[in-house]
Amino acid sequence: MSKQRYERPVIKKLETGMPNKFGTRTEYQPMTHIDGNSVEKLMKEYGSPLFVISEKTIRKTIQKAKKAFRTRYPRVQFAWSYKTNYLNSICSIFHQEGSWAEVVSGFEYDKAISLGVDGKKIIFNGPEKSEEDLTKAIENDSLIHIDHLDELYTISELAEKLKARPRVAIRVNMDTGVYPIWDRFGFNYENGQAWDAINKIMHSETMELVGLHCHIGTFMLAPSAYGIAATKLAELALSIEKKFKHEIKYIDLGGGFASKNTLKGAYLPGSDTNPSFDDFAEAISSALLNSNFQQEKLPLLILETGRALIDEAGYLLGSVISNKRSSTGRRNTILDIGVNILFTSFWYDHKITPAQAFTHYSEDTCIYGPLCMNIDVIRESVNLPLLNKDDHVVIHNVGAYNMTQWMQFIALRPNVVLIDMDEKPHVIRLRETIDNMNSMEKVPAHLKKLNL
Amino acid sequence: MKLKKNVAVSEAGLLFNPVTGESFSVNPIGTEILNLLREEKSDAEIEKEILSMYSTDKTSFEKDYHDFIGELSHHNLLEGHEKTKA
Repeated sequence: MSKQRYERPVIKKLETGMPNKFGTRTEYQPMTHIDGNSVEKLMKEYGSPLFVISEKTIRKTIQKAKKAFRTRYPRVQFAWSYKTNYLNSICSIFHQEGSWAEVVSGFEYDKAISLGVDGKKIIFNGPEKSEEDLTKAIENDSLIHIDHLDELYTISELAEKLKARPRVAIRVNMDTGVYPIWDRFGFNYENGQAWDAINKIMHSETMELVGLHCHIGTFMLAPSAYGIAATKLAELALSIEKKFKHEIKYIDLGGGFASKNTLKGAYLPGSDTNPSFDDFAEAISSALLNSNFQQEKLPLLILETGRALIDEAGYLLGSVISNKRSSTGRRNTILDIGVNILFTSFWYDHKITPAQAFTHYSEDTCIYGPLCMNIDVIRESVNLPLLNKDDHVVIHNVGAYNMTQWMQFIALRPNVVLIDMDEKPHVIRLRETIDNMNSMEKVPAHLKKLNL
Repeated sequence: MKLKKNVAVSEAGLLFNPVTGESFSVNPIGTEILNLLREEKSDAEIEKEILSMYSTDKTSFEKDYHDFIGELSHHNLLEGHEKTKA
């Protein structure tokens, strides 16, 4: 007689109607496959933990976003936000889908160039651009978004030196009704800083002001704020045209659209409550179309959406190391996934699904990572099916920021696998090795001899 | 180790303690263990019985069994394991 599948014995006190900080149970089906690939097999072949990215989901999501905007506004261009996920394969998928590159550092700029992106289709944002970076961007005719006056003067000097007329935009910060205002980047709209920068550019004639840019925040839950930003940038563009007889070619609304993750402290899951691409597209397109642009002079609308385009395509697979109890009797489960590779667990209550069959019994659980640090908490309170040691779990919506903000702390970063359109897995970033780490260090000769 | 006499356990895994009025839900393997405790089986007998029925190893079960007994004790469901009041 074959034995029954083992499940830990568990007893749970019934407290009908009592509010529970762990919330209600959310997992009803195990996640055994990702795009036709068995989770168990993937982990056996590529190790645990393991990042898995679905090319199908990326392409489906960018196509959905493009459709939402292009059915509402005639001229739309997406630019892939490198800082969200700059693995070469991921950037290449977005570029194949027609996205330009949006970079915020010399490193990211070089990455875009090495991937074969035309310099004219690189948007260079960020507060730190060295003279070397700016020279490259000017020579490649990239779109430089100016963050501060020091940068403006540097570009002006370089333009004269290089005998070029760089194409620039200014980053504008503004009050969109969402607080605190993101005013550390760019020039303020309300207090006249933006006009000051525009006047300087227009009078210097060393640069061509081609666009206006803003990025009003991150994980924005209010599409109306984008409507306000679009209206203000449209007014600015029309005023520039009136004052200088100069046409602004594009308006760049930046990124910040919320993904379907659930922010910590949110009462309802993000998958149910966060705005869709259609909501953002409606707010932005309506604002631009309702402004006083002539139909044939509508500026190009650029969007630098990152998180909302990639989060859902990323999964992090891991294993249970141990189950234990805290001093108060709370169930603690330790995974081999720590905050070093799941940076976004500081912001989100990530959805966690067991990868194997389970019963309807569940337990209020705190999920810890494997790091020898108290802050290594993946979920402070989640109602999960019963997990045994060595069981596998799938953490959802991890595509954004984790593969750029991850830390090489205590352990080595894991393999990243992309599942292609034909459901074939490819390793797109190899698991780090001790040799990778040691190759960057140099030990002075007098420290090489140990007498232990 | 013995389950308190007045504690009622249904086949479906519903446990009721009439002294405190508290109700609990227990999963099937937990219900098996409660029934074995009621029959006053020893730890070794319970372990043998469970290992013959479920696909697990001795070490894993021993750890989970002690955790389960700890929970029963915490909820005052075992004879001679009453929590002392401060």
